[in-house]
Amino acid sequence: MNGGQTQASSHRPLRFADYSILRVKAQAMDIIERILAGDVRSTARLLRDIDDHIPSTHDILKRLYPHTGKAYIIGFTGSPGVGKSTLVDQIALRYREKDMTVGILAVDPTSPFTGGAILGDRIRMQRHFLDGGVFIRSVATRGHFGGLTKSTNDMVNVLDAMGKDVILIETVGVGQDEVEIVNTAHTTVMITIPGMGDEVQAMKAGIMEIGNIFVVNKADREGSRKTVRELRNLVELGLRRRDTDGWEPPIIETEAMKGRGVEELHQAIEKHRQYLLGNERGQFDEHLQKRARSQLIEALREEAVKILLQRLEARGLSLDKLVQAVVQKQADPYSLVQDVLDKELR
Amino acid sequence: MREERRLRILIAKPGLDGHDRGARVIARAFRDAGFEVVYTGCHQTPEQIVSTAIQEDVDMIGLSILSGAHTYSFPRIMELLQENRAADITVVGGGIFPLEDIPWLKDVGIKELFEPGAKLQDIIDWVKGNVQPREAMVA
Repeated sequence: MNGGQTQASSHRPLRFADYSILRVKAQAMDIIERILAGDVRSTARLLRDIDDHIPSTHDILKRLYPHTGKAYIIGFTGSPGVGKSTLVDQIALRYREKDMTVGILAVDPTSPFTGGAILGDRIRMQRHFLDGGVFIRSVATRGHFGGLTKSTNDMVNVLDAMGKDVILIETVGVGQDEVEIVNTAHTTVMITIPGMGDEVQAMKAGIMEIGNIFVVNKADREGSRKTVRELRNLVELGLRRRDTDGWEPPIIETEAMKGRGVEELHQAIEKHRQYLLGNERGQFDEHLQKRARSQLIEALREEAVKILLQRLEARGLSLDKLVQAVVQKQADPYSLVQDVLDKELR
Repeated sequence: MREERRLRILIAKPGLDGHDRGARVIARAFRDAGFEVVYTGCHQTPEQIVSTAIQEDVDMIGLSILSGAHTYSFPRIMELLQENRAADITVVGGGIFPLEDIPWLKDVGIKELFEPGAKLQDIIDWVKGNVQPREAMVA
């Protein structure tokens, strides 16, 4: 190992601490090699450590990062019960038929009361359990809002580095405003079902704006055509307003359980991918920038808060003390923040 | 910031019988105990269960069985865990099985067996006392 030689040739003798650092480095390199080789067990373990914010994962993620950027990332979002898992299962099958490898991240909610979670998206994906070309990971939101988890972007990078051609992300069942997926996925599929509300619901800002492709699943149900019509109105109004960027979001009726409409959806995804890649206006680059930006800000925020809290702690001001001061009205949160920033950042 | 390591548990139902009420009740109880529970539904083969356990990096597999299929599936699951270098995952069973099977099931590596009438709280306490979230790969 390189690090080892540098250390050994330096002028002072090695101390115990050096050996443990070297051991950690050797372990990290070993893990990186195994992940790049596509090893399932190491990948699974790394994803857990990332989810738990184990500090050593930073170093591993740094070294994996140069190996990312090859996978195509597709997001599936929509309210609970619209059929996200079933559609993910079907689309995964389509990519497998073309011999492409698939990574799946399926998000389910964490209980705000106990911190526990039931991760049940796999129930719809059983046919892929024994396929070495598919890696499925269930992730709990752990209090994160926005449809994904704090760790999703890092997990995507790991699956990308391990060589998955396509990564399918299933968001938690969303309501009206969980739009994080657009910053992560290249193509976002927004799924709804007939009878989810009147036209005003579709007019509202937020989740209904983010689809590159719309799916009306369970299209055998009454009212499917009406839902499609309403979505079409919405899409067309949006296009006129946005000074068309050249992509008209298709609206596809599916019955995911039976596989109806899935081929059409798959083709639409591929068409959007071609559109992004061949786009003169550079929308693929735009997307890369958007994703890098949101990852960067997220990481900065987390590190900055950590450092600030450590410095406060060093001055004998724990977060708990500040909280108490606010609760007891000895201070207000606005002046406290100002005060902390004035003292710590100047 | 380092978060508290959470216990991850797979609840699976091997074999052909489709009565998963028990599995669901235990999954729900584990959720309420603060565990992250991966639930995969019925009709799982030992191969599917072990593959899921590895991909999901769980600390424990809870097998629900009513049909008698434990005589094949339990030892097979232990065998597969060995083959895949995943023998560190704790395996427990719950449901209906002849009492005389318990000793040999424990011999093949099933850590504990919970029979009908076992109290949810007792099961949760057993898990908390006997299964720890695994260590990070690199501390």
